Amino acid sequence: MPKKPLLEFTDRGIYCAKGKFYIDPWKPVDDAVITHAHADHAYVGHKHYLAHHLSREVLYYRLGEIQLQTVEYGETVMKNGVEITLFPAGHVIGSAQIRVVSQGEVWVVSGDYKTENDGVCTPFEPVACHHFISECTFGMPVYQWKPQAQLFDDMNNWWRYNLENNLATVVVGYSLGKAQRIIQNLDMLNGKIFTHGVIENTNEALRRNGVILNPTVRITAESVKEEVRKGIIIAPPSAVGSPWMRKFQPYSFGYCSGWMAIRGAKRRRAADRGFVLSDHADWNGLISAIDATGCEKVYLTHGYTASFTRYLNDIGFDAHEVHTLYGGEEEVVEAPLQPSPREREQEESEVQVSPTGGDLEGASLSEANEGGTI
Amino acid sequence: MKAFAQLFLSLDETNKTNEKVRILKEYFNCVPDTDKMHMLALFTGRSPKRQINSTLFKLWALEALQLPAWLFEESYHVVGDLAETIALLFPQNTEQSSSKTLTEWIAEINALATYTEEDKKHWLQYSWSILDTQERFVFNKLMTGSFRVGVSQNLVVKAVAEIANLDAAVLTHRIMGSWKPEEYTFAQLIQPKQDSEDISRPYPFFLAYPIQETSVVQKSVEDLQAALGDASEWQAEWKWDGIRAQLIKRDGQLFIWSRGEDLSTDKFPELHPFMKDLPDGTVLDGEILSFRNGLPLPFNILQTRIGRKNLTKKILEDSPVSLIAYDCLEFNGEDIRYKTQSERRGILDGLHRDNAYPEIFNISPLITFGSWDELSDIRGQSREMIAEGIMLKRKNATYQVGRRRGDWWKWKIDPLSIDAVMIYAQKGHGRRADLYTDYTFAVWDGDKLVPFAKAYSGLTDAEINKVDYFVKRNTLEKFGPVRTVKPELVFEIGFEGINKSTRHKSGVALRFPRILRWRHDKPKEEADSIETLKALLGDNNNL
Repeated sequence: MPKKPLLEFTDRGIYCAKGKFYIDPWKPVDDAVITHAHADHAYVGHKHYLAHHLSREVLYYRLGEIQLQTVEYGETVMKNGVEITLFPAGHVIGSAQIRVVSQGEVWVVSGDYKTENDGVCTPFEPVACHHFISECTFGMPVYQWKPQAQLFDDMNNWWRYNLENNLATVVVGYSLGKAQRIIQNLDMLNGKIFTHGVIENTNEALRRNGVILNPTVRITAESVKEEVRKGIIIAPPSAVGSPWMRKFQPYSFGYCSGWMAIRGAKRRRAADRGFVLSDHADWNGLISAIDATGCEKVYLTHGYTASFTRYLNDIGFDAHEVHTLYGGEEEVVEAPLQPSPREREQEESEVQVSPTGGDLEGASLSEANEGGTI
Repeated sequence: MKAFAQLFLSLDETNKTNEKVRILKEYFNCVPDTDKMHMLALFTGRSPKRQINSTLFKLWALEALQLPAWLFEESYHVVGDLAETIALLFPQNTEQSSSKTLTEWIAEINALATYTEEDKKHWLQYSWSILDTQERFVFNKLMTGSFRVGVSQNLVVKAVAEIANLDAAVLTHRIMGSWKPEEYTFAQLIQPKQDSEDISRPYPFFLAYPIQETSVVQKSVEDLQAALGDASEWQAEWKWDGIRAQLIKRDGQLFIWSRGEDLSTDKFPELHPFMKDLPDGTVLDGEILSFRNGLPLPFNILQTRIGRKNLTKKILEDSPVSLIAYDCLEFNGEDIRYKTQSERRGILDGLHRDNAYPEIFNISPLITFGSWDELSDIRGQSREMIAEGIMLKRKNATYQVGRRRGDWWKWKIDPLSIDAVMIYAQKGHGRRADLYTDYTFAVWDGDKLVPFAKAYSGLTDAEINKVDYFVKRNTLEKFGPVRTVKPELVFEIGFEGINKSTRHKSGVALRFPRILRWRHDKPKEEADSIETLKALLGDNNNL
């Protein structure tokens, strides 16, 4: 009889029976190891959490009073004889791949990751393993990212152009990850960076955690409209089309997402500018990352799982499609029109809007009011 | 080509008309004149002749990309556009890229006509390698002849008119007809007075605005009175469902132009005798329809001869055409578009009276009506007249350029409709790429659902999202790009006409099917049956 695998896929999440812990579970459990603080990976309701140091303050801010243990990359924690070590995933600040080892059998759970060094979070590091559990949000060959330097050149030029033409500049990206990456790459000689409340809350949590970010100014009821219009405004996806955003008219608004690579998705978004900026690995990044682990088996959890799995098998990997609640094709394709459930859940949890469940309309209409009015 | 690729990208990034005009002017101001004319040709539907068919185009892309064919297909379904898919699949190529102008590229494309297949392949694969992603996208659009831009011809004309300080209507007229960007120069286009007129050149069509109605909200007689004024100021005609055309006789030569600016003189030989009988310097505007015994036939009869390369004797017998003229734009060589509707109508009547072929050269009869009330009743007879509704033209109006609000209105009858169940879904294209937006609908035949129509339009973006969400969670089977979904959602499908068909399972073919509304209130059991659908066939299909 074949022995039970070290990690298995259950209806609560990825489970290690031997170590009695879950990784990124979506239903309440006793012991949860968290790859990163995005809402579809870090759910509320677990008894104990383990995550990276730099996820600490964001987790407290988002989940409230939780029992949390944090560790450094490379540091090992033992649970019932099973070894757990975190390695950088390069996705957002504090994001980690989880390595699980027992009796010489090595598994790695990637969580979400990107292979490009964004200069903000610790860069992705391939970890040798037998079994690799990978995301594949952008697992189609049409997704190939440009180097970010080129992208931010475009963004800074666009900001300057707007300034010359008396247009306010609004950049939209989700609040943990995209926002900080933008903030750290803007040309501060152009002007000040103003943030929507949802974004600034996350910035503050990160600063409490010791992360040094460029100075930002929270937009509040006291903000002077003309001052704000001379800077750049960073807003979450839920602010698009809201009265909050309309106050800064006339403006040009740029949307940052990997989905902007496709013209149709960009047109649906009706953004003035689509910046193809993603915290996920592109097609080549995914394949090189999987290859670098030297794994015997690879499991694809979310994204274009069916075709990516088939392709990996075609080129000689032993690849398997698994079902998780980290969002599959269903969720991701909706992203261009409105925040993906991931972004949405995140924003909703931040502004304490009650979850809309399967109702897709609710989210696009919900307004992000936390930033207050001006 | 860089400037042209950038133009395309910039136009994509704005919905604002003024911004589009600014971008177009910026482009015109920074490229050579020959590029301007090529751009104008492309933006007005004059693509270079297709040199490589789509099968070879895809095959050579696959060969260069070294991807499995199935993955290429799946990529295409994610992107929803072949030119864009190929552009994205090649490496980014950020360093080197070609500095050839649009004119040079198009010259190379045209030169392919004399190439061997092997040389074409090398040229194509090399071209892909020296372009960046955006340039490759535009290049593929040029190569595949599917050049559609999100900018109307009106805006392009406006931009040129502002640069050249010319009247937009004059320019619109000057870019009509069959010119080649290799021969027509920008200097000729914008000179204050054009001396050598192309004798085949048509006038820009005047198009009517629809009187907005839905199956739920109808216009009342009071609404019409308020919007249009007194009924006596208006001329009413039936709205015919055929091919809108302009018929020209100048210097003894005949030209027939369709609305899409296709020169179709040879496609309608039946019209030539009456045209020869017209005085020189005559231009008529009207509708070409299939006729028998002096009565128009449904559009599907005419459809059988559209797109045929050879008009066989049988086709000419089965689907003979005539003209229903409704306007005269040039008389005795004089452009009379400035005259009033009534004056032009008088001239048209005269031409008709003097013509030896009144059974081919019909004129659109004027509807006699005393009030909006009366006209509203008459409109109810449209279907019996094989008309789509009524046209309203202000008696003192000139013949204008393009779609203009105010003097010409089309007042269509309500579409026919039926409640149907969605059974298949497919991803859309363009703006709807990667979303399930193309649906197949079915009606009941006993306890089975028979598909009878496909429809793409009619839902709002929010509704499309909901249907997309439903499709992804209720897929029963996948056949390539098509998903069989759980029959559950009911929609009201509207259409302009219905005809018998041997090619369709349901035995009927619909004209212009679209979704009128989502019937949240109806369970699938209450959708209509095939008998109800066939009852709509009525009498006009016994011909």
